[in-house]
Amino acid sequence: MDKLKILVVDDEFGIRSGIKRIIEKFEVDYPFMDEPIGFEVSEAETGEIAIEKIKAENFHIILLDNKLPGIQGVDVLEYINEQEIDSKVIMITSYASLELAVKATRQGAIDFVPKPFTPQELRASIENITKQLFLKQMTSKLQKEGKHIRFQFLSLLSHELKSPVNAVEGYLKIIKEQKNGKYVADYLPMIDRSIERLNAMRGMIMDLLDLTKIESGQAKRNPVPTDIGEVAKTCIASIKPMAIQKDVNIYLNYNTKIIYDFDINDLEIVLNNIFSNAVKYNKNGGRVDCTIREFTNKVEIIIADTGIGISKEDQNKLFKEFVRIRNKETSKIPGSGLGLSIVKKILENYDAEIILNSEVNKGTKVTITLTK
Amino acid sequence: MKTNRIILLADDDFDYLFQTKFRLETAGFTVITASSQKEAEQLIEIGGFDAAVFDLMMENDDSGFILAYKTKKLHPNTPVIISTAVTAETGYKFDTDNSWIKADLYLEKGVESEKIAEELKKLLKSQNYG
Repeated sequence: MDKLKILVVDDEFGIRSGIKRIIEKFEVDYPFMDEPIGFEVSEAETGEIAIEKIKAENFHIILLDNKLPGIQGVDVLEYINEQEIDSKVIMITSYASLELAVKATRQGAIDFVPKPFTPQELRASIENITKQLFLKQMTSKLQKEGKHIRFQFLSLLSHELKSPVNAVEGYLKIIKEQKNGKYVADYLPMIDRSIERLNAMRGMIMDLLDLTKIESGQAKRNPVPTDIGEVAKTCIASIKPMAIQKDVNIYLNYNTKIIYDFDINDLEIVLNNIFSNAVKYNKNGGRVDCTIREFTNKVEIIIADTGIGISKEDQNKLFKEFVRIRNKETSKIPGSGLGLSIVKKILENYDAEIILNSEVNKGTKVTITLTK
Repeated sequence: MKTNRIILLADDDFDYLFQTKFRLETAGFTVITASSQKEAEQLIEIGGFDAAVFDLMMENDDSGFILAYKTKKLHPNTPVIISTAVTAETGYKFDTDNSWIKADLYLEKGVESEKIAEELKKLLKSQNYG
């Protein structure tokens, strides 16, 4: 951070030079700051000169005496206020009255130092404001970087959460108005769809929690030598019910036990997501082949399905948050649109690579490469 | 209640499509549906509908706008409603008058979905279409 610019407005030469001496020797330090912040002092002996200087230059802090020969300190303050000048003003005055203090505070003065003051009092006030300025500057810098991404994420998120709410609400309204008959049975398909949408919404919330954990770095990773084939088996078992419903067979191929340092939870999230995609977007009677291979310098996990495939155009969007490929085939398949971005984020932590090859109507092949 | 009016309805949310179709049919409309911008574009080419209701966000963030534009270009007298869940969360306000997107009405999804049949009737009547 550069030196902060301070303007001292006082008609007494002795006070101005005294303040200048105190402040220019002073530095403000925070334990986490790269280097301490110093100050550069300019002087003005009247309010009129102060306004000229304020017009010409941006001051971070203005030390303002109220009792001035021409216009008063509060008039300068009023000018600063009206022009919306972004300077912090400290009032210094010998005839401090409550009335003046109130007036000055109302006009935006941030601190009030009564004369005579000790160097320590002045330094304390300056230090306080400097820290505020520093934090504000850091915050706005961080915000600018994060804001845009966060805004995009949040508007997508609210859209994605609203859709199921709208869908369920829509069905409930139709049911309430008894538009389709008098009996519960008349509405069973609508009720089923509502339940499905709510389940998908719950899934999305779980995915979001996963994503938040990964992004905040809060998920404690505990990479241990892991038998990848065994984890794959567990994942396949958990996806079985869905596979049976769709009449999809899953095959697991590996010759030897392949061990890789992986947090079991992470590996399960990755494989569950990919297996579930391979089943969800498969055709009835289709198959999923999982092959795990070990090479001298890498381990490969390949999961290939015989599903509906993804067009070249859509493949580019896949790893972004909330992207769901929408077409006739996918319109009834529930999903959060978060699965693959979670997978990608996890794999990044292991410097692993994920590649997707797909052909519409033929199927999709996902290859994860773990380097050794 | 039969109006004999045909409505083109496009939405990529299966349930919303079903519900809106259901409501419009209950109100006496005949409904043709599209579940994507692409499908809707083909149906716009073919024509033969009296009014259209488009979801805003489908394959693209502005699918509804594109469809409204294409509809108005090919069938200038056909009223178009854009239904969207977007306004509330992004604070976008769509101005129906001075934009190149010529939709006749914007309806907020969910909150105003029951209104669609009513609004369509109003539009078809007041503008003396067809």
